[in-house]
Amino acid sequence: MIEIRAVTKSYDDGGPALADLNLTVAEGEALAVLGPSGSGKSTLLNLVAGLDRPTEGTVTVAGTRVDDLSETALARYRRRKVGMVFQFFNLLDDLTVIDNVLLPAQLSRMSRRAARDRAEELLGKLGVLQHARAFPGRLSGGERQRVAVARALMNRPPLLLADEPTGALDTASAADVRDLLTGLNADGQTMLLVTHDTALADACATRTIELTDGRITRMATR
Amino acid sequence: MSALGRIVRSGVARKRVQTLVLTLTTMLAVTASVLAAGLVVASRAPFDHAFAKQHGAHLTARFDGSRATPEQLAATAHAPGVTATAGPFPVLTLRPSFGEGGGGPDPLPMTIAGRPAPDGPVDDVDLVDGRWATTRGEIVVDADGPPFPVGHKVTFSQAAGHPTLTIVGRARSVGRSADAWVAPAQLTALTTRAPDQQMLYRFRHAATDAQMSAGRAAVTAAAPRGSLTGAGSYLTIRHKAQRETATFVPFIVAFGLLALVMSVLTIGVVVNAAVAAATHRIGVLKSLGFTPSQVVTGYVGKALIPAAIGTGLGVVFGNLLAIPAMRQEGNAYQTGSRTVAPWIDVAVAAAALAAVAVTALVPALRAGRLRAAEAIAIGRAPRPGRGRTARRLLGRLPLARPVSLGLAAPFARPARSVAMGLALMLGTAAVAFGTGLALSLNGIQNGLNQDEAGAVTVHVMGRPGMQAGPDGAPEAPAPGQRPRNGPAPTPEPADPAAIARTIEAQPGTRRYFSVSEARIGVAGMTSAASLTAYTGDASWGAFQIVSGRWFHGPGEAVAPSALLKATGTRVGGTITLTNAGRTARVRIVGEIMMVRDDGMDVLTDTASTAPLGIGFDPGMTEFHIDVKDGTDAGAYTRSLDRALQGVGGAADRNTAHISPTVVAMDTLAGMLTVLLVVVAGLGVLNTVVLDTRERVHDLGVLKALGMAPRQVIGMIITTVGLVGLCFAAAGIPLGMALHAAVVPEMGKAAGTGIPSADLNVFDLPLLAVLLLGGVLIAVAGALLPAGWAARTRTSTALRTE
Repeated sequence: MIEIRAVTKSYDDGGPALADLNLTVAEGEALAVLGPSGSGKSTLLNLVAGLDRPTEGTVTVAGTRVDDLSETALARYRRRKVGMVFQFFNLLDDLTVIDNVLLPAQLSRMSRRAARDRAEELLGKLGVLQHARAFPGRLSGGERQRVAVARALMNRPPLLLADEPTGALDTASAADVRDLLTGLNADGQTMLLVTHDTALADACATRTIELTDGRITRMATR
Repeated sequence: MSALGRIVRSGVARKRVQTLVLTLTTMLAVTASVLAAGLVVASRAPFDHAFAKQHGAHLTARFDGSRATPEQLAATAHAPGVTATAGPFPVLTLRPSFGEGGGGPDPLPMTIAGRPAPDGPVDDVDLVDGRWATTRGEIVVDADGPPFPVGHKVTFSQAAGHPTLTIVGRARSVGRSADAWVAPAQLTALTTRAPDQQMLYRFRHAATDAQMSAGRAAVTAAAPRGSLTGAGSYLTIRHKAQRETATFVPFIVAFGLLALVMSVLTIGVVVNAAVAAATHRIGVLKSLGFTPSQVVTGYVGKALIPAAIGTGLGVVFGNLLAIPAMRQEGNAYQTGSRTVAPWIDVAVAAAALAAVAVTALVPALRAGRLRAAEAIAIGRAPRPGRGRTARRLLGRLPLARPVSLGLAAPFARPARSVAMGLALMLGTAAVAFGTGLALSLNGIQNGLNQDEAGAVTVHVMGRPGMQAGPDGAPEAPAPGQRPRNGPAPTPEPADPAAIARTIEAQPGTRRYFSVSEARIGVAGMTSAASLTAYTGDASWGAFQIVSGRWFHGPGEAVAPSALLKATGTRVGGTITLTNAGRTARVRIVGEIMMVRDDGMDVLTDTASTAPLGIGFDPGMTEFHIDVKDGTDAGAYTRSLDRALQGVGGAADRNTAHISPTVVAMDTLAGMLTVLLVVVAGLGVLNTVVLDTRERVHDLGVLKALGMAPRQVIGMIITTVGLVGLCFAAAGIPLGMALHAAVVPEMGKAAGTGIPSADLNVFDLPLLAVLLLGGVLIAVAGALLPAGWAARTRTSTALRTE
């Protein structure tokens, strides 16, 4: 599903965030990326999501060379191939829950009926359908992250990317989200998780790597 | 530097786009205001300005040179009430012909004064090109006369020795003391008898006709009896100049008002938006210990710094732009160039800075009172809840999501959107008004060009007669040639009937009519009027009708608005024409647009004038010819001209005449329209920049979800497009209303009514274009920030809070 070959990413203001990284993630696998702040975890996620480009090397996701795509093709790639879950949810405050979830489908020109059915199905499955008409500001952190996951899964992406999905949640909500992601992977969803939360990694990941200064310093398979 | 000073400086430097927009907007607003106010003020009394500068002559008097000596005339300087004089200068009136050897006589005689220098205590003539005539063979011509350049030749075939003089300069006398100037020795050489003498007077009291009459009487009494042959008052020239000036005032005032309203609005929008954008920053500063008054001071200062730079630049550019505009305007007034009055610069700059300070103070005071945590929270994003209903409703429409998101965006910041919309509305109103004005002026110009109806005009010149040969024996000109050099020709009377037959016989002639002019009296008027008598069907070359219709036959006439007003006649009424004790009554069937002869003209069929017994001078007759489709007008003219030489006619191809006044108006209107459009576009730019910056995180989320760059641009363009469409739709009627109010006022100032065809210039296609124009202003203003938003890296946008 993910093939990263000899990737180096450098920023103007310092040394490489990632250095000659090689990594492969198979379909149905859940890879957790651990490491201290500044180790290159988010950079790796951004490269896979097509939010940033490597300085050197190639990133291939589901058969698509991500590092080679134009901005428009990258947008299409993000719509079809990946779903993203953020630490701070990144829901649009002025849209209702269901309108937030519908966004990826609407950008992909999915039919209105099909999109609505899919959104309600996901919200029901994730236990937040009762909040469909509410604005995100009224929901708890755990509920907001469930909405974010629903939005990420809206277009049935082959790859789910999660950046510290439990980082902004209380203990109970974090456990809730852990269970949700574990269930998704059990259903066959390929995932790349970037986290400090070892409990999340232990619960969800089929494989764990640890980054230090942009290099893989440890790898463990469950 | 104090902490406050550092904060202000860093705020100005850090928000480069905002600082730039504030600077540019203020600059353009001040530029437009300085230009508009400067022109309005300058147009009030341009003649007086130029007249005072030149120490113009209150009275230009002409004396019979055989009845008064120069010494006797010089002594009239001591007449009661006279404060300054110039002269006596020898003066002659001659018909010139321009070009080497003459290219045919100009029908207008020229008053030539012999002056040793252009300057003096009275009538300090402006030399606008070349130099003064100091020796024989040189001449300086009126800069507002025929457009012949320095170096061109002018021949006086009626003068002694038929001299050809070289134009060495072009000059302008505000008091119109002469049409040309030569050295005194040259002037006396132009005639074999004693030339007339010109004296120029300034009086202690010359403000009214009565005072001028008293001054003239004093001069008459001081000069030898019966020597004064004519005297012109500056009041007559001033009246005419001010009437022309007055035509500018309505539209300059309209543009000025638009500019001033837009300036205040734009400055308000920009500063309010700047304050709103930095509320978060204020919260942070307060949390660090800044007092409310420091926050307010810093805020107003941060707005005033770029505004002050913009104001300074605006004053400079306003003055620079005013130079060509005023020169153009000055030329139209024939009063020379001027500059913006310094007090206008000071007043506009002070008003602009005050507007910035006041508009910045209101939100700054509000921000100063905010609690730190609240300020931080408010500054981050639009308050939640605003525009949610609009988003929800628009989201249900069958539109692409970027479009529905874009349509809903203006509702998140309704006040800001309305302010941006108002700027767009004024910009569109300016475009609509400017376009309508240009179209009306074009229509009016075309209407006034009916003086030269048809493709070709034939002037009746007089048939070439016998002329003296080198030895004094009569010599006939060669066939097909006009007399050029040599002694004055003795023209034979032209035969209009023969000219008409020649025109009819000319291949390519479609139709024609002739007009003859004479001076007549009109019952109820103290001064004479012009009579224009038409032979043939002139309806195809008629002047534009303000009301009523063109005359159809004998007994009917049309007249310009000014004559109808002077005689108290309305369309349908009757006026009595008089000539040498004879009278003829004609019914006025139409009011026409005409400013020739100050609108004191009656136009009728020649048959209507029969009872008056007027013997029309063939030299005052013209034939206007329309050629058949497909006829080469140039070839037709040359061919007809050759055919007419034997019967005393000369054919000229008509070219569209463009009045310098119309050019000046078009230039000013165009310049002001462009300035206002730029200001409106900058208002949009600033608003969209602020909106985009505020929403950059949301944009990042949308891009992370798969919104393509093109969709981002589309969303932002839709945001302003909706506002642009709505407010442009409101701006067009405003511009049309301004047009409907201003153009008739301009006509009134010029002494004429305006035909409805020249007023009703807004048709549906034009309205559609204007609406599109309003949207385009909005889109143009939004393109830059939309492009920036589309290019911003998603990861960067997501990190932005």
